[in-house]
Amino acid sequence: MSSGWIVLLPLLAPLAAAAAGLLAWRAPRIQAALGIVGAGAQLAAGLGLLQQVLREGVQAVQLGSWPAPFGITFAADLLGAVMVVVTGVIGLAVTVYSLADIDPGRRAFAYFPLVQVLLAGVAGAFLTGDIFNLYVCFEVLLMASFVLLALGGERAQMAGALTYVTLNLVSSALFLAGVGLTYGITRSLNMAELHLRLGVVAESRPELVLALAGLFFVAFGIKAAVFPLYTWLPASYHTPPVAVSALLAGLLTKVGVYALIRVLTLVFPPLPGVGTFLLAVASLTMVFGVLGAVAMFETRRILSFHIVSQIGYMVMGLALVGSDSPAVRAAGLAAAVLYIVHHIIVKANLFLVSGIAARLGGSFQLARVGGLAAAAPWLALLFLIPAGSLAGVPPLSGFWAKLAVVRAGLAGEAWWTVAAALGAGLLTVLSMVKIWTEAFWKPAPDTATPPPPAARWRLALLAAPSLGLAALTVAIGLYPRPLYELARRAAEQLLAPSNYVAAVGVATAHDSARGDGKGGQ
Amino acid sequence: MTSFILRAATGYLMPLLLLLSVFMLLRGHNEPGGGFIGGLLAAAAFAFHALAWGPRATLELLRADPRTIIAAGLAAALLAGVVAAAAGEPFLTAHWLPIALPGVGKVGTPLLFDVGVYLVVVGTTTLILLTLGED
Repeated sequence: MSSGWIVLLPLLAPLAAAAAGLLAWRAPRIQAALGIVGAGAQLAAGLGLLQQVLREGVQAVQLGSWPAPFGITFAADLLGAVMVVVTGVIGLAVTVYSLADIDPGRRAFAYFPLVQVLLAGVAGAFLTGDIFNLYVCFEVLLMASFVLLALGGERAQMAGALTYVTLNLVSSALFLAGVGLTYGITRSLNMAELHLRLGVVAESRPELVLALAGLFFVAFGIKAAVFPLYTWLPASYHTPPVAVSALLAGLLTKVGVYALIRVLTLVFPPLPGVGTFLLAVASLTMVFGVLGAVAMFETRRILSFHIVSQIGYMVMGLALVGSDSPAVRAAGLAAAVLYIVHHIIVKANLFLVSGIAARLGGSFQLARVGGLAAAAPWLALLFLIPAGSLAGVPPLSGFWAKLAVVRAGLAGEAWWTVAAALGAGLLTVLSMVKIWTEAFWKPAPDTATPPPPAARWRLALLAAPSLGLAALTVAIGLYPRPLYELARRAAEQLLAPSNYVAAVGVATAHDSARGDGKGGQ
Repeated sequence: MTSFILRAATGYLMPLLLLLSVFMLLRGHNEPGGGFIGGLLAAAAFAFHALAWGPRATLELLRADPRTIIAAGLAAALLAGVVAAAAGEPFLTAHWLPIALPGVGKVGTPLLFDVGVYLVVVGTTTLILLTLGED
């Protein structure tokens, strides 16, 4: 067996960049360069890992060579590897964007190393095979995000950061309580071993396992911003600089969704009623999120509410694991994976574009800007791609993602949730049209105060990452098959956890321990 | 505010605390202690100094900026994990020097990792204390 460095590289690369960046704390320029290198290395390592997982199946590594249930395991299946690749893409895009967007004041307080720490935490969360270590990775990424949100210390930022910190700390406390109870019940924290043990516990004490799942659901539900736990998100995501908003909006809630998927498919045995419950949560999340967006007239607030609404689609795909039919379960999970990948790219890009629009138009308030389609036609095109994709216009990536979710929902006979999904989709179109007509189409109002024109290099640096992400959206839209195939295989792996368990190696350790016991008798 | 009692006491307490912190750091491999506790003890020593002589004097005493200390600690801990790569083994696999140092015991990558933790804790805690103290 290889020593599995490829599994850890996406985590170690940004961490090393962060340490080196801190060492050069006097030189923000070096930090910025290290940021680019770190994010690029993470993307490259993620691609290498994905290729390895595609070729050889689930990859696992035992830190410090301590065998599986005793040490800390890191394991990458297709879902984890795909998520790491997307993390690398967003990390690189946002770091490049930050070169032109982040002011020197924030740079002096280690902005770029902090982004690297965040990326390391996110990659760690996607790759860890130990539930306590998942908690640790959550803390790492949350610490970094707390600082990134509050950095700069503007009044609105502080208000937003306070809400964010408070609710996320509550979530962490619940998560930690859940981890403690899990250990108390099963004497294990290794997710692969938990898969084996919680199934046994569920036979004798099903109520205990259900209560535990409830605790984890609330903890991850807050992070993922599902109904009714989403209120912190629209209250905080519009306050920091756009680059930070894009990073958090693209990646963080999806870490919560990922944790839900991982816990419900690997750690817990099939639970009674979880499908129906999640379908209800998904429907309410979609509807309430989109209704919130309709009421808003500030670009970033509209986009924030849409994150909530879109999380509903992902949870809807996950909810179908409660179905009796294996085909529906696979289709639902595949749709959820596809949706997450599409959503991360598109949502981060929309925030980036909204930042450029605000830079050119002078405000995020829709009432105070206008005429951008005439002033900057390239920006209008740059906005239309992710906006159309978010709304589900064919042939962009969002169309296929929505199609996959709705088809899986129809196959699973989740009529109400499909209706909610279609309704929310329609309202999504409405609010994208609202941004379009207000910011781009209508003539600039008299009250508009366009700032002095930005330097060409600055605009180019801002537009390049957005252009790259838009190109990805179009590419997925035109050739959806490879990504769908990837999502389908990831779903298959998730539904057959025995591969993951075997790769981690706890099953064999168990058997041999049992065998030794018998030999001794 | 200057307190002669505190200043005089710090003169005795600080070396003792720093010695104790190193003792805790070295003993931590198999017994209670380790980089985190040791780091906190060392930070307590610097906190005493800052209370007695003011944050600026402590910064001069430290010579290195707390941020550099944090970064060095992070780098040391990462290095301790990466050493295993040379032997083709997983991250953080322990490697020991063949000879034991007198008074310290066996020296290897776990000790380097603990030293890294020690430095990060010292750096972070003093950075927080000194930043708050300056206001």
